[in-house]
Amino acid sequence: MTTAPTQNSFRTQPDERGHFGQFGGRYVAETLMPLVLELEAEYTRAKADPAFQAEFADLLEHYVGRPSPLYFAPRLTEELKGAQVWFKRDELNHTGAHKINNCVGQILLAIRMGKTRIIAETGAGQHGVATATVCARFGLPCVIFMGATDVARQAPNVFRMKLLGAEVRAVTAGAATLKDAMNEALRDWVANVHDTFYIIGTAAGPHPYPELVRDFQSVIGKEARAQMLSRVGRLPDLLVAAIGGGSNAIGLFHPFLDDPEVKMLGVEAAGHGLDKEHAASLAGGRPGVLHGNKTYLLQDADGQITEGHSISAGLDYPGIGPEHAWLRDVGRVDYTSVTDVEALDGFQLLCRTEGIIPALEPAHAIAAVKKIAPTMDKDQIILLNLCGRGDKDIFAVAEHLGVEL
Amino acid sequence: MTRLSTAFSRGPALVTFITGGDGPTAEILDALVAGGADVIELGMPFTDPMADGPAIQQANLRSLGAGTTTAGIFRIAAAFRALHPQVPLVLMGYANPMITRGPDWFAAECVKAGVDGVICVDIPPEEDPELGPALRGAGVALIRLATPTTDAARLPAVLDSSSGFLYYVSVAGITGLQQAAQASIEEAVARIKASATIPVAVGFGVRTPEQAAAIAKVADGVVVGSALVELVAQHGANAAAPVQELTRALADAVHAAR
Ligand SMILES: Cc1ncc(COP(=O)(O)O)c(C=O)c1O
Repeated sequence: MTTAPTQNSFRTQPDERGHFGQFGGRYVAETLMPLVLELEAEYTRAKADPAFQAEFADLLEHYVGRPSPLYFAPRLTEELKGAQVWFKRDELNHTGAHKINNCVGQILLAIRMGKTRIIAETGAGQHGVATATVCARFGLPCVIFMGATDVARQAPNVFRMKLLGAEVRAVTAGAATLKDAMNEALRDWVANVHDTFYIIGTAAGPHPYPELVRDFQSVIGKEARAQMLSRVGRLPDLLVAAIGGGSNAIGLFHPFLDDPEVKMLGVEAAGHGLDKEHAASLAGGRPGVLHGNKTYLLQDADGQITEGHSISAGLDYPGIGPEHAWLRDVGRVDYTSVTDVEALDGFQLLCRTEGIIPALEPAHAIAAVKKIAPTMDKDQIILLNLCGRGDKDIFAVAEHLGVEL
Repeated sequence: MTRLSTAFSRGPALVTFITGGDGPTAEILDALVAGGADVIELGMPFTDPMADGPAIQQANLRSLGAGTTTAGIFRIAAAFRALHPQVPLVLMGYANPMITRGPDWFAAECVKAGVDGVICVDIPPEEDPELGPALRGAGVALIRLATPTTDAARLPAVLDSSSGFLYYVSVAGITGLQQAAQASIEEAVARIKASATIPVAVGFGVRTPEQAAAIAKVADGVVVGSALVELVAQHGANAAAPVQELTRALADAVHAAR
C-alpha cells in the first residue's frame, strides 16, 4: 500500500486528510476531534500569514540564536578516514537542542488560538525544558508530563523546568517513560480542551501535528541547504540524523527530499540489541495506531504496545512519526539502528576529536557515521544533525562508564 | 429487530461496562445479567488506554498482567453468547488491537463470537474506513461516541456512521472522574435525539442509582463503568456478588423511568 514511486515530489505530503501514504491520520477520541480540526484550520491560516512567519523568524533569530552554524569536523573526519563529516550545530540553540524551534512555532499558534494553558510530554526533558522556556517567555502556565523513570534519570532537566516555572507531573503508569507521559498528556487535554494547547514534541500525533512540527523544524534543513551551497557550492551526499519520534531528522531531511543526489539515513535506537530490548520501531515494529496516528510501532501479535528501551531517554519511544514510516516504505530514506554501547562510543569519540559533548541522541547518529564514513570517498560529504548537547546526559554517561560523580 | 434494538425498545436500558479478563469475568458477566443489565459492554484491554481514568487504566493493566489475549476476549464473548442468547454484547476498546490483524479478521471474529457491536475510542468518523465498513458489512454495529465538543456541524457525520446506538459521553474528559451537570446532559440529549434515528445512551461519570434515574428520564440508556470496575478491583475473585448488587440498584433506578 505504498504511494507510486512515479510521483515527482516527496514534499507534498500529507494529503488533505493528514495521511502520508497509509500512515498518519487523526485517530483521536471524539472529544479531541473538533479541536484537532480547529488547529488544522488555524495552522493553514498562520502558514499563509506573513505576520506569523515574521514573528516566528524573529524569535528564532534573536531568542533561539539561529541560524545555527554549519561546521566541518576536521579531526573526526581524519579519524574516520573517509567522507568529510559536517555538523549542523543545533546543539548551540537556546536550551541546547532542536526542540525549541518547534516550541516557538507552537506557542505562537496557541496564542493565536486564544489558549491560555500549555501542556507537553517529555522524555529526555529537552522538549519539556523548551516548552517551559517558551511558556516563561510568553507568560503562560504550563504542565509537563514526564514518566517517573525519566524524572529519575534526567534530574537536571526536571530542575530546569521547575526553575522556568513549569509544573512537572511524574507519570507512574506503565514503564513510566515517554509513551506513558504522552498518554497522560492526552488525558489532560481531553479534560481541558476549552483552554489548553498541547505542544507535542516530535513529528507525530494526530494530523496536523506531524506536518506542523516538520514545518517548524524544517528551518534546520533550509539553513543547512543554503549554508552548504554557499560554503562548498554543492549539496551533501548523505544526511544523517537520530530518530526518536523523528522531528530533528525530518527537519533536516525535508528540504532535501527532492534533491535526488542527496541520500538520507535515519538512525533508530537499537538499545541492548535488535533481538533484545530496543526502541527501533522501523526495524522491529509493524504498522499500527497509537497516539493519534498510524505508523510503525513496537507491538505484540495482539497489537499491545511494547516498551521501547534506549540509553537515551529521548529515543525510547515505541513509535516513529508517520512521515518517516512513509519515506521508508517508498524508499526515499534509509534507516538503520545503533546500540546503547555504540552510542556511548560515539559520544566519547566526539568529545575527544572535536571538543563537543553531544547529547546521547545525536551520539547515535555519530555512531552510524563512524561506520559509514570509512566506506565513502574522501571528497564526499556527510552532514550530521548535531541536534542536542550533552550537558543533560553526563550523569547517565558517567554511570554507564562506571564513574562516580 | 436486532438484540440491541430489542433491548432499547423496552424503554431506558442499563448498559454496564467491565474490563474483560480483570477478575472472574464469566461470573461477573452472569452477575450483570442477573442484576438486570440490558446491554453488556466488554472492555478489550489495551496497554495505552488514553481515554480512561485511573480505575479503568488499572483494570486494563491487571487484565493484561493476568495474560488476557484477544483470543481470550473472544472466548469470553462466545461463552457469554451461549449462556445468554438474548443479551446484547458490545466490545469496547482502542483501535490497535481491533485492526492489528485487519478489520475483516476482527469483524469475522465478532460474528463468530456473537458480538453485536463495537465501540472504538480512537477511530473518529474521519478514519471510519479503518474499521467501519468491515463491521457494518458483517452486520456488527459500530457504535460511535458523541461528546460535549461534538457541535452541530459534526453531529451528522457522527450519526451517519453510527449504528446500534449512540454513546453520548457526557463530560469532556476521561472515564471515572467528574460527573456532568444534569441540565447540560438534558440539553445535549435533546439536541442529539432531534436528529438521531438510533437510541442515545449517556455515560462517563455515572456512579449512583440516583444519577442513573435522572438520566433515564431523558435518555434511552445509561452507561455505568468505573463504579463497577472499582468493585472488581476491591473484591477480586469475589466481585460477582457486589457487582450484582450495584447492578440491581442501578437497573431498578433506570427501569423505573419506563
Ligand atoms: C537532543 C535530542 N535529539 C533527539 C531527540 C529525539 O526526538 P526527535 O526524533 O523528535 O528529534 C530528543 C528528544 O528528546 C532530543 O532531546
